[in-house]
Amino acid sequence: MRDEGRGPSLSDTSTLAPGAPVLVVRSAPDRTWRWAARLLAISVLIPLAVILGSWLFFDPEIWSHLGTTVLPRLLLNTFWLVAGVGFGTLLLGVPLAWLTVMCDFPGRRILDWALMLPFALPAYVLAFVFVGVLDFAGPLQGGLRGLLGLPPAWSFEVRNTPGVITVMTLVLYPYVYMLARVAFLGQGQSAYEAGRSLGLGPWAAFFRVSLPMARPAVIAGLSLALMEALADFGAVSVFNFDTFTTAIYKSWFGFFDLQSAAQLASILLTIVLVALVVERRFRDRARFTESGRGGTQRRMRLQGGRAIAASLFGWGVLFLAFAAPVVRLTTWAWGALEDLDLRYLDLFVHTLSLGVMAGVLTVSAAFVLAFAHRYHGDYSTALSVRISTLGYALPGSVLAVGVMLSLTWFDNRLADAVEWLSGEDMGLVLSGTVVALLMAYFARFLAVAYGPVDSSLERIRPSIRDAARSLGAGQWETVWRVYLPMLRPGLLTAGLLVLVDVMKEMPATLLLRPFGWDTLAVRIYELTSEGEWERAALPAVALLVVGLVPVILLVRKSAH
Amino acid sequence: MSRFILSAVVVGTMLNPITVLAEEVVVYSARKEHLIKPLFDRYKQETGVSISYITDKAGPLLQRLRAEGKRTPADMLITVDAGNLWHAAGSGVLAELDSPLLDANVPANLRDPKGRWFGLSERVRTMVYSTERVTPDQLSSYEDLADPKWKGRLCLRTSKKVYNQSLVAALIARHGEEKAEQIVRGWVANLAAAPFSNDTKAMQAVEAGQCDVTIVNTYYFGRLQRKQPDIKLALFWANQGSSGVHVNVSGAGVTRHAKHPDAARKLLEWLSSETAQAEFAGSNMEFPVNPRVAPDATVAAWGDFKADELNLNEAGRLQAAAIRLMDRAGYR
Repeated sequence: MRDEGRGPSLSDTSTLAPGAPVLVVRSAPDRTWRWAARLLAISVLIPLAVILGSWLFFDPEIWSHLGTTVLPRLLLNTFWLVAGVGFGTLLLGVPLAWLTVMCDFPGRRILDWALMLPFALPAYVLAFVFVGVLDFAGPLQGGLRGLLGLPPAWSFEVRNTPGVITVMTLVLYPYVYMLARVAFLGQGQSAYEAGRSLGLGPWAAFFRVSLPMARPAVIAGLSLALMEALADFGAVSVFNFDTFTTAIYKSWFGFFDLQSAAQLASILLTIVLVALVVERRFRDRARFTESGRGGTQRRMRLQGGRAIAASLFGWGVLFLAFAAPVVRLTTWAWGALEDLDLRYLDLFVHTLSLGVMAGVLTVSAAFVLAFAHRYHGDYSTALSVRISTLGYALPGSVLAVGVMLSLTWFDNRLADAVEWLSGEDMGLVLSGTVVALLMAYFARFLAVAYGPVDSSLERIRPSIRDAARSLGAGQWETVWRVYLPMLRPGLLTAGLLVLVDVMKEMPATLLLRPFGWDTLAVRIYELTSEGEWERAALPAVALLVVGLVPVILLVRKSAH
Repeated sequence: MSRFILSAVVVGTMLNPITVLAEEVVVYSARKEHLIKPLFDRYKQETGVSISYITDKAGPLLQRLRAEGKRTPADMLITVDAGNLWHAAGSGVLAELDSPLLDANVPANLRDPKGRWFGLSERVRTMVYSTERVTPDQLSSYEDLADPKWKGRLCLRTSKKVYNQSLVAALIARHGEEKAEQIVRGWVANLAAAPFSNDTKAMQAVEAGQCDVTIVNTYYFGRLQRKQPDIKLALFWANQGSSGVHVNVSGAGVTRHAKHPDAARKLLEWLSSETAQAEFAGSNMEFPVNPRVAPDATVAAWGDFKADELNLNEAGRLQAAAIRLMDRAGYR
């Protein structure tokens, strides 16, 4: 890195075409950024490669069995899940973001931040509350039967495809909501008003101006939601709904066949990769940039029926996704209060410190990737970005095994080498430490951090960089003094998203945590895996409380 | 970056002390923390040996043991279900143990013939029925639940749960695959609702009137009974006129590359002893494996039964076949 990066370099032409990697001369900063991106991609690729390496062994017996019995249903279920959750999260996330940013109606001020709260609730928790309350044996159906004297035959089923889609949508819409909200805030009123003044009606202005401008952010939110839906294990198992994840678990735990499990996982990975590539193809080449803060003080004041409808919509979602399940959880937790002891202090500390460490690490990496891609990228950087953000689509435990296998292998070779040199066996020094855990979080959540960082980078006008350069700022100075401050909201959003996601994360934490490093999610697992959901409400509520702090921070920082 | 790796190595070394100051045992456990910690605390009080542990599912723990190879820090693996124990033994991570004490404390069908794992508590999987809509004389065996007279009256937990896989594996061992598949198909045809995610939910469905009978591990029934003493459900010991009721175990073995093999063996022996067995099984309302130890009062009140004496290694061996069978039969 010596002094190559310092000072404005005339040979650096990338400023002419930001984002579009057309480069005439290859400059030193380009090389540095690209290599940084490649290194990051490799660190994610290694555990993925362990998974893909499973195709070296092929068990035809298991595959013909899977193909004839479970695979067709699996593909169909996966299709419905993606279609349903995709539709649902867009239907909730985008309009709610639009209403709270651009309009005014009763309750808007509260809903504006409160609609992010469901993000703190893990999917498996909502799933259990949902089924517990609404299933045949639950209080709702039981109460109705008792009240109306209906026969037991009268019932409705909630443990089915619409049920799963509903729960996933309620848990995952905040991704779309948060990212769309930031995008709409960034646009301000001016773009929309320009559309209006050019003769577009309110709907047309929304669909033809505001929405296309917010599209990168909406897509980023949507892909996070869908990847999480595909990788989810906890919620789908409460519904006994078969997806790739459950099949992966079954091959692994049932057949004890990690190979087939990994092969199933790599099919899942391929589906996601194809979807991402297709999305990129269809995305317009157009770039939208912020033109400064548009005054949001002139919100459209909704009147009469419209105001009531908007209000009901917002409160309804908040009630279903957050208020009702939290009340249910709290009453359960109250009953399990005798479990509360001093160890919860440790659990808090572990949960938080892992989240913070992973957040800082992941966001830094996401910034490097996004910056390299936008300003110094070539095809290999684009590929690096694709690879680095794949980890989120894999079920956490599969990725965790990938990390564990590769790290343990490296660790063993390291110990072999030391033993050969010194004659002493130093044992395994990396696996079983926080390093292993952080590697897994990093590989899994880089996508979560990348979305907000990249979409806020996209909204910075290239001219700003040129201005900084023309004022004599060097490469690193521009990054440090111009980009980082401008990106602060995006970086913060990314960090807090990762923080909350890491705190909710279960399978990788279970497999890779050092002795004694239990977190709240581990505690939840201990109880739920034995079916003691009501006792698990206590750590679940604790997790919710810890998770709400960053979510509220997120809200305050992103409010203007 | 290199400084980061260096410091990581240093920290890692500190976290993995090689020096053995006090005697120690390292345990990987698929049995939950709240069920093992009180015992470990007691062991430390009695012997001064401290025990560090991590808990996870059996699959990931086994994978980790295998990947770590001869450098694993783990001295002991505790897990539930014969299938998991069988796989652990088969993958070569457990040492063969020759302990007269363990052989005396654990009945032969509840341990590995080669001494690689030993059952520590017995879990019985049997029927729970609605006392309002079913009389005990209508019930007889697992096989009978496939009879059309139970159409629309049966609730089951998902086939993804290892307990059901072992139960079906035992059916295969008893009847052969063809007959076993007929039985499972009969169950599926009789289901009143899609399979449930856990035993408690299935019992609550029986109580609420969605169905009349289900198959569960007894300790789940015990827990429910403790919470709702007047619940209108009862246990029925299955197959008393034939093979005996299906039993499974939670168990443990000493790892092949244990750093403290003697300490681990002593801990295992202690866990099977009279002093520890009552608490090991009792804390989860399971049955002690040690025949000289009486079960917890609640558990004893359920009465005596004849248990299936199939060696649990068989259930482990047939587990994969059982899963395939249930997939074919459409049991989700």
